[in-house]
Amino acid sequence: MSIVIAPLKRMFESRRFERNAAFYLLLLAGLGYVLIAVATGQMQYLTLDNLVSILGRTVALGITAIGQTFAILIASIDLSVASLISAASVLASVVMNGDPGMIVPAILAVAVLGAVVGLINGVLIAYFDVNPLIATLAMSLIIQGILSAFVTNFAGDVPEGFQVFAYGTFAGVPYALILMLLLALGAWFVLRHTRFGANIYSVGGNPAAARSAGIRTSRVIISAHLICSLCAALAGIYLASRLRAGAPWIGADGVYDLESIAVVVIGGTVLSGGRGGIWGTMAGVMIFSLLDSIFNLTGVDAFVKQVLRGVIIVGAVALYSYRSGRIAA
Amino acid sequence: MQAAPATAPPALQMTGMTKVFPGVRALSNVDLTCHAGEVHVLAGENGAGKSTLIKILSGVYRPDAGKIVVNGQEAVFRHPLEALRAGISVIYQEFSLLPDRTVAQNIFLGREIHRRGRLDHAAMNASARQTLETLGVHGQIAPEALVSDLDVASQQMVEIAKALSLDPQVLVMDEPTAALNPTECAVLFEAVDRLRARGCAIIYITHRMHEVQRLADRVSVLKDGELSAHFDSLPEPSAIVRAMVGRDIDTFFAPRATSDQIGDVLLEVRDGGNARLDAINFTLRRGEVLGFAGIQGAGRAALGMALFGDTPLERGQVILRGQPVRITSTRDAIAAGIGLLPGDRKAEALALEQSVLDNGMLSARALARLLGSHRSNGFTNTGRMSGLLDKMEVRAPDYEVAIGSLSGGNQQKAIVARWLALAPEVLIFIEPTRGIDVNAKAGIYQLMRDLAIGGAGIILISSDLPEVLGCSDRIVVMRDGTVAGEFGPSPSETEVMELATSARHAAA
Repeated sequence: MSIVIAPLKRMFESRRFERNAAFYLLLLAGLGYVLIAVATGQMQYLTLDNLVSILGRTVALGITAIGQTFAILIASIDLSVASLISAASVLASVVMNGDPGMIVPAILAVAVLGAVVGLINGVLIAYFDVNPLIATLAMSLIIQGILSAFVTNFAGDVPEGFQVFAYGTFAGVPYALILMLLLALGAWFVLRHTRFGANIYSVGGNPAAARSAGIRTSRVIISAHLICSLCAALAGIYLASRLRAGAPWIGADGVYDLESIAVVVIGGTVLSGGRGGIWGTMAGVMIFSLLDSIFNLTGVDAFVKQVLRGVIIVGAVALYSYRSGRIAA
Repeated sequence: MQAAPATAPPALQMTGMTKVFPGVRALSNVDLTCHAGEVHVLAGENGAGKSTLIKILSGVYRPDAGKIVVNGQEAVFRHPLEALRAGISVIYQEFSLLPDRTVAQNIFLGREIHRRGRLDHAAMNASARQTLETLGVHGQIAPEALVSDLDVASQQMVEIAKALSLDPQVLVMDEPTAALNPTECAVLFEAVDRLRARGCAIIYITHRMHEVQRLADRVSVLKDGELSAHFDSLPEPSAIVRAMVGRDIDTFFAPRATSDQIGDVLLEVRDGGNARLDAINFTLRRGEVLGFAGIQGAGRAALGMALFGDTPLERGQVILRGQPVRITSTRDAIAAGIGLLPGDRKAEALALEQSVLDNGMLSARALARLLGSHRSNGFTNTGRMSGLLDKMEVRAPDYEVAIGSLSGGNQQKAIVARWLALAPEVLIFIEPTRGIDVNAKAGIYQLMRDLAIGGAGIILISSDLPEVLGCSDRIVVMRDGTVAGEFGPSPSETEVMELATSARHAAA
């Protein structure tokens, strides 16, 4: 036994493991998926096409989680993304209303909506010192309330020309998936290679130090929330295109608020801010997607599925936290 | 060590600086002038107003009155950025580093080098290496290393490099040697010499006399928010001490125990150890104040927390009143008659929004059942607590006000009252006078002595070495998580520091 355990223990305790924990978990999930597909004789699920389809299902969560990563990196959090996704989907679909000429105005309208929500969240948190949980929860209630006053079910109509966004492919890969990956690449570039990105880590890691180094911390906080809300708005447009109409329950139905936070945390970004990154989040999104696929392969009951997800989130975070010897999330 | 010619305007001139916080006059009409190429030592006890003065200078606070002139030009700092732009750079005592980022990233925090919108990591690493070379530590610290991988001394050097890379005109160093051993101090002093030679004006905050001797061109002493003395040349250490304390040191500390006041052995630890501690051996007698000295990270606070069952000892034996006891939780410790006053009052001891009375009753109420009804009846009685608070001379409008509104000294007395309600026999004080003004300090020292005379054993854990030397009947020196040695009533500061650092010294 010790022949196996000793090297594993060494690996587990190495610094490299700590950095790449999310990717090891992803590898484990992938391995589990393959093993279960082989064991249950469902080899048809091991094709490249199927991988693309697994990834395709992650787009809305992936885009939202990219934004959520920015919020969490500055030690904030955004609970309003799910409501915003619903509102964005309805707004986009209602403005388009089947008219291809209204596609651009609809996108602009949604961008404005996202910007306003992000700005208000950011200002409340940065200038009025409102706890992020409370500020964004209140924002979520307000958005959902207004939305419910106007629509109760599918609203508007997305013209066929815009459904390409969700259903079109390039060399077999959906446009939306390509967009998500480009967005992740952009986010990585910003975080790693720009001053703004460095400021995000500084503000999240030690706000007092950032402030005394002359960083305008309030602006960084507002910008991070702006990015977070714009990402959620984009996810809303995508879902409208996918469902061919907007719906006021679409965000809540996908639990995008809590799931986006969960994948960011599974990806190794700590809730106390200042540590983590976008590739971890992407790994987290894929881990979730693979888990879903494994549950589907094995035909696990929907309620059991929720329980297992919960166990996996807590397990992963406890593992990181135990490893780094402090409360990680 | 020559002053700049009188014709050049001073690099920095602060006049009439005044700052009032609700209920406290933190700074009152203080002047401070610092010339280029000079080290101006700012001395003073904790709570004397040094930090307030520095925070005004760095733009964190705005003064209520006073004028700041930098290089002959009047300046108003509304934001730390404006102070930085004016060439004022501060190295704070609490590290302001980001542990999860590299050395270079920390040095360039907030002013990263970029080329065409892209961060230039290579240029930052190269420039960071150069700055580390100026300090003479480029061999030990790589720009690419994560700060969390460095030891405390190296982190301190990174802090200095960070301030230095701004090429400041005025550099403020707030007790930079607090966590360093003598070798590291020597490296730091050389770095200070180099900066002085380059024409930097340096304000150096310390209360260690040998550092004043080694570095100072001029000395100013703050006491209770006022400038109590100023010297344009190096004064006698005793003159500085008198100006800091406001009276002779002998009457500042309470008298030590006489031989008949010291009783039998109350607590003994044999070969105690846990993850942080090893081979801990000492005894504590009734009527005695036992001081623990050591540098930051030597394990003093860890020992206090271990005895109190917070992070318990896992090895060895604890013998209390002649009986072996096992203490695995704070409840065990309290039931056995051990109390602890933590170092960070606000974070670890107080419910700031609750009343003085509720804070006093905290432990008694929580432990009423543990201690048994016959003991708890009296303890959960608010009248008795009021009496204890009176006895401690806690100054408050009444005991229903939030404890957060009291001064540090009164908060500390309220915590002592909390313990007195439980009548512990061993009381562990960790940093009991941190953030407490000078007169209140003397009160706390007297209180510790009175408790000892009453038959308790007092353990005093403090990083304020003069305090440990002044209060203790015996001193245990800790180093690297173990007991390095023991001294009688009054060893010299040098003797203790040598013992506290010699292992690291030899290893370095």
